[in-house]
Amino acid sequence: MENQLLSIITFLPLVAALILALFMRGDDAAARAGAKWLALFTTSATFVISLFVLLRFDPSNTGFQFVEERTWILGLTYKMGVDGISILFVMLTTFLMPITIYSCWNVETRVKEYMIAFLVLETLMLGVFMALDLVLFYLFFEAGLIPMFLIIGIWGGKERIYAAFKFFLYTFLGSVLMLVAMIAMYFEAGTTDITKLLVHNFGSETFSILGIQVVGGLQTMLFLAFFASFAVKMPMWPVHTWLPDAHVQAPTAGSVVLAAILLKMGGYGFLRFSLPMFPVGSDVMAPLVLWMSAIAIVYTSLVALAQTDMKKLIAYSSVAHMGFVTMGIFAANQQGVDGAIFQMISHGFISGALFLCVGVIYDRMHTRDIDAYGGLVNRMPTYALVFMFFTMANVGLPGTSGFVGEFLTLMGIFQVNTWVAAVAATGVILSAAYALWLYRRVVFGDLIKEALRSITDMDRREKAIFAPLIAMTLILGVYPSLVTDIIGPSVTALVTDYQAALPADGTSLALNEGHSE
Amino acid sequence: MTSADFQTLLPEIVLAGYAMAALMLAVYTTKDKLAATLVWATAGLFVALALYIGAGGAGQRLVFSGLFVDDPFARFAKVTILLSAAAVLVMSQDYMTRRELLRFEYPILVTLSVVGMMVMVSSADLITLYMGLELQSLALYVIASIRRDSAKSSEAGLKYFVLGALSSGLLLYGASLVYGYAGTTQFVGILSTVRDSVPLGLLFGLVFMLAGLAFKVSAAPFHMWTPDVYEGSPTPVTAFFATAPKVAAMALIARLVQDAFGGIPGQWGQVLAALAVASMFLGAVAAIGQRDIKRLMAYSSIAHMGYALIGLCVGTAYGVQATMIYMAIYVTMNVGTFAFILSMERDGRPVSDIAGLNQFAKKEPLKALAMLVLLFSLAGVPPMVGFFGKFYVLKAAVDAGWVWLAVAGAVASVIGAFYYLRLVYFMYFGAEQEPVDSRMAPVQWGMLVAVAAIMLLGIVNLFGIEAPAALAAEALVR
Repeated sequence: MENQLLSIITFLPLVAALILALFMRGDDAAARAGAKWLALFTTSATFVISLFVLLRFDPSNTGFQFVEERTWILGLTYKMGVDGISILFVMLTTFLMPITIYSCWNVETRVKEYMIAFLVLETLMLGVFMALDLVLFYLFFEAGLIPMFLIIGIWGGKERIYAAFKFFLYTFLGSVLMLVAMIAMYFEAGTTDITKLLVHNFGSETFSILGIQVVGGLQTMLFLAFFASFAVKMPMWPVHTWLPDAHVQAPTAGSVVLAAILLKMGGYGFLRFSLPMFPVGSDVMAPLVLWMSAIAIVYTSLVALAQTDMKKLIAYSSVAHMGFVTMGIFAANQQGVDGAIFQMISHGFISGALFLCVGVIYDRMHTRDIDAYGGLVNRMPTYALVFMFFTMANVGLPGTSGFVGEFLTLMGIFQVNTWVAAVAATGVILSAAYALWLYRRVVFGDLIKEALRSITDMDRREKAIFAPLIAMTLILGVYPSLVTDIIGPSVTALVTDYQAALPADGTSLALNEGHSE
Repeated sequence: MTSADFQTLLPEIVLAGYAMAALMLAVYTTKDKLAATLVWATAGLFVALALYIGAGGAGQRLVFSGLFVDDPFARFAKVTILLSAAAVLVMSQDYMTRRELLRFEYPILVTLSVVGMMVMVSSADLITLYMGLELQSLALYVIASIRRDSAKSSEAGLKYFVLGALSSGLLLYGASLVYGYAGTTQFVGILSTVRDSVPLGLLFGLVFMLAGLAFKVSAAPFHMWTPDVYEGSPTPVTAFFATAPKVAAMALIARLVQDAFGGIPGQWGQVLAALAVASMFLGAVAAIGQRDIKRLMAYSSIAHMGYALIGLCVGTAYGVQATMIYMAIYVTMNVGTFAFILSMERDGRPVSDIAGLNQFAKKEPLKALAMLVLLFSLAGVPPMVGFFGKFYVLKAAVDAGWVWLAVAGAVASVIGAFYYLRLVYFMYFGAEQEPVDSRMAPVQWGMLVAVAAIMLLGIVNLFGIEAPAALAAEALVR
């Protein structure tokens, strides 16, 4: 039982989806309510079981725990497990899914299919964070595209077709390159077991292809192939353009899952594969990644300032915040990586909540245009308070979880590259600018728009959705050790191994040699 | 010739005898009224023979003085051919009956072409190879034009015949060159003659033979007939073209290059690799603009043949195993997809315009879901079984050091994903208009849903197909 817990967590939502697909008939009100309740119950049960795993989890052990292993086709293994890095992503997913399901209580079109899509999606997301076999990981990673493609395409806004196709093809292209790299890794190391690959030394001797010196050799090539996939998923500037489209067109719950969980797969991938498996390749490419992150932070913050659509604004803000994450990861020191993981968890709560905030008024007015609002505080005091709280958390106000992540990553990067840190720090100011300006335009001022005169404040269900998110944002803000105690030992091990794997003189020297030859 | 020889050939003899008996019976009795019964009887016989062959003993038997071989590879291919032919037959019965297309010749011609295919995959001699191939092709030419009163169907049959005859000519010319330089028509003889030094003429012969066979699997650049024949033929016939003959021809290529030219893998590996790359990309790109689902499936099968060829061109036993698994998965997917295409109609007339699928999911959620699974499987998106087919061949390529080929395959699969997604798009988020009717006989419905379930459940262990495929590949590659 103990070592099948992870499989139970992963496949429980899938079982519920199957029950819905096979045994629920009809499309009357009772059937719709039944589908919703079953989905809510299942995701909550999943959360409870995952809590049990968290309680039994031993943070001081840096290896994988709750490991389950079976033989599978193609000489692959079905292997699941969690360590300090992945357990919190699992918790984030199981925590957010009941909230997401509860938030779409007023969806009335194709409810059964909607619930099935989200339940299948939960299974696939959890699988990504637990898989300990390359191909199994790829399977979950790729398959997640299908339900999301349908969620955007069926329940999305006006331009949903374009957004769904862009989302699918962008991420698919990145992923197949990763698949080829995975096959190459298997060829090189003779196994697809992630625990074995983590200790395998991939070749890092410089070689040349078509007259181009590849510093870091095979590791750099593999790094780039994985980077193609994770950078798109993250998303990093300049391959972020699918995200605003997908967010704007996705239904509210789809946006929440996309921003809060799916984006984290990219960051998780960097931590699980890129840094520990290709340390030399990562080190060679780190300056590029750091500058891309810095550009992302400043550029997308400026773009966010110019948006007229609320969801698009928050989407760009997500890209900027993910910039902090990649920066922290490739700073590759304890603070940086700690901060990156913390930022991802915290961004999961905050961005999810912000999309829900937009959803609340979108449900009432059916527009996301900022100009259509103004003076909401007069009619919706509770909403104004909640929105204010998450705006502040998004800006990174001390006391909220947003602050801890940004502070740690900036501290981590400052030790590595002062210039990048300086550029990125201006992003903090810009984020305050766009977030507060958005808040002022939507909530403050006089209520002059005729259509808004009869708008109602949040009802009990909506308050219930936000309560756990507010609690988590505050708790993590004032007591960050809750997260860092769990991830700490694993991150220390990761960073130590990474530094030890680099050549003593650093790869910057190798770079110079490569040029002089 | 001993009784052991005949016993080895028993399945083929039974089928051929059955075809003639059925022909006599139908001609002298009720003709077309008997057709439906014949279809089911033929399918039943196919399944029975598949079971007989599948349960047959292990090992390799070379009979009729080295003309005919029965080994695990042939058995694997034969079981795949028989089962897929049976599935297509029973699917088409309802469709053809309602459109008064069902003539008693149809199941008989299918039987004869299946006999040809079984001889093809068992051939151990150039003469046997040619005999099997021609028996198969001649039956197919006639089936393509079975709708005699339709210009399109006749055109398809004629086009297929002219181009098919050309390819047979190429093949025969190549075979004669090979015979001239190797001094024997037996594969074993060619294998022992052609080891180190390769005469130029023999190389020419090899290339001609490969070109002729590439035509049969519709690999680019020998694919030109495929879209027209697929579009023009009645849909059940298209379904048949897309399944069993492809397996037979692919197996024949594997048989030829390994059994006869196994000593010189460097010579044919590059030819097959070029065919593979051209097919994958042409299939993926050309399908994007199609508006007819049958033409689209034609390009889809061209692309799939490209992936299957990857496994062959690397020349390893693992590669052959990958190809055979790929082909088995491919025919299964096609059986399911065509079960659906057969059901597309409007006012009782068959429709193949993909715009007719608009909003189909609203009308028939379960069928749309099954098609969704199949389309993602065809595109090679995990966790569907189609992904494992692609993964197998790509892994075979990387294992053998053909990394560039694997990268090309991966890139082509992204391009290909687009047009499968487009079908999903029509079904699920298309414009608001009345979708086509989908009238399905229970057997079609069952086939569609069963194949979709196989595509999902196969993830557990691929239904144990790996072990027989590995056995088949080991028998071929020594």
